[in-house]
Amino acid sequence: MKPVKVENLSMSFGMGEAAVKVLPDVSFEVEAGECFGLVGESGSGKSTILLCVAMLLSAWSGRISIGGQSVRDMSVMERCRNLQMVFQDPYGSLHPRQSVRTALSEPIRIHKLGDMEDRMAQAMTDVGLPVSFLDRFPHQLSGGQRQRVAIARALILEPHVLLLDEPTSALDVSVQAEILNLLQRLREEKGFTYLMVSHDLAVVDHMCDRFAVMQRGEVTEVLGRDAILGGTATHPYARQLIEASLAYENAM
Amino acid sequence: MLHSETGRAGARLRLPQGLSAFGNILKFLWKSPTSAFGLIVLGFLIATALLGPLLAPYDPYAQDLQNTLQAPSTAHWFGTDELGRDILSRLLFGAAITLRIIFLVTIVVGPIGMAVGTIAGYFGGRVDTVLMRITDIFLSFPSLILALAFVAALGPSLNNAIIAIALTAWPPIARLARAETLTFRKADYISAARLQGASSARIIWKSIVPMCLPSVMIRLTLNMATVILTAAGLGFLGLGAQPPMPEWGAMIATGRRYMIDSWWLVTFPGLAILTVSLAFNLLGDGLRDALDPKQMNRR
Repeated sequence: MKPVKVENLSMSFGMGEAAVKVLPDVSFEVEAGECFGLVGESGSGKSTILLCVAMLLSAWSGRISIGGQSVRDMSVMERCRNLQMVFQDPYGSLHPRQSVRTALSEPIRIHKLGDMEDRMAQAMTDVGLPVSFLDRFPHQLSGGQRQRVAIARALILEPHVLLLDEPTSALDVSVQAEILNLLQRLREEKGFTYLMVSHDLAVVDHMCDRFAVMQRGEVTEVLGRDAILGGTATHPYARQLIEASLAYENAM
Repeated sequence: MLHSETGRAGARLRLPQGLSAFGNILKFLWKSPTSAFGLIVLGFLIATALLGPLLAPYDPYAQDLQNTLQAPSTAHWFGTDELGRDILSRLLFGAAITLRIIFLVTIVVGPIGMAVGTIAGYFGGRVDTVLMRITDIFLSFPSLILALAFVAALGPSLNNAIIAIALTAWPPIARLARAETLTFRKADYISAARLQGASSARIIWKSIVPMCLPSVMIRLTLNMATVILTAAGLGFLGLGAQPPMPEWGAMIATGRRYMIDSWWLVTFPGLAILTVSLAFNLLGDGLRDALDPKQMNRR
């Protein structure tokens, strides 16, 4: 269990005159073992923050630390053991020509962990899939099963922090609930720190202890879970977003 | 333990799985008449290359000056050439030479083209620019002319012809592999592999190469027809296989002088080249359908 701290994160795409500032100056803190949500409209920079934390994008300035240690200073191997990511689209995040076994055994091989079969079996059990699924290929799995495999792959290196990039938005509603409950259970069992991007406030309400509302790359307000129904948001954009979301829920 | 037992069973099953995939592809190719023709010719070519010495009725090098330029007959099915050598025997021995050219060129060209293309595509930026400009230079010459220049520099022989053809045949493969790599280098599964700490070499080898392989294999098969024609062209120009080797292109080259009176000297080697290159074209076409991911479910 490690806290995540993002300080003065700024990032722009492009050079010189044409540079587009995607994240002007973002700071927030996630406590150890907490589930922290990032919500906001499309293009508000939520996913970009995750990519920066994961060092999949490295052209940013500021400081991101996990358990007090800057992600920039960690070696690649150390970073992998500290954080893992679950991607939005389970159809694109699993290699179409690799079996589940290959997907799960690769990280064990890279990090020379040993006990390969036991670790794989444990990860499959953790995400609620039968061990016999190890020999399946992604096209033989449903969307929800694929996302479980993607989660198992993230678990196998026993990270402290899981970055969740809209882990359920590509799935249909009944499967969404299963995956959310699975993530909830895993956090209780293993004490992960979650940093979760979503544009669905119902998901945030279900999962997160606190969340940050983002607009055009800036964190407008950090709120607790109860602010969604309690209406305690103060920033006009955050209020607008929550009201719109509630009105939509009611209309459904 | 139960888990490790199932795991070991899975490991045992893996090789047959690859074999059955290969079997499925063959089955698919067999279903369409054109690619079945390609398969038959390829099978025939391999069989004659292996069994040529047993099947050939005469020694392909044995001269019989009493019997020069004989028209096809029951003794010599395809006739004899200007030195009285049996053309059928020479064609059968030539199959092994053709197959050797194709095989050597393919195992050189495939890995080189694949390596250049995937590295350029995956790293991008300056690496991409340098590798692609080198590829452009090779691509900007007509391949036969470039092969001619290489053979002229290295000296005429069959092995030098193979090297020359290989040096001119890899750029299209590299282009193709790069284009394929660019389409999925930003895919989430590549990001996931990077997040697992995989090195660039590992990502290219384990994640990118398997994705490029089908289209590169199709391209290589289609390329084989060109390779045969280039080899025959070099042989015809006297820069490939040297006499008395029974290489098909060289046979046409020497037969050209007697072509007007003795049509069989040129016709039969020409037909052999035509059939084999046509077969590889049809096979490549069939392979394109067989390896198309949209047709995966049908298999």
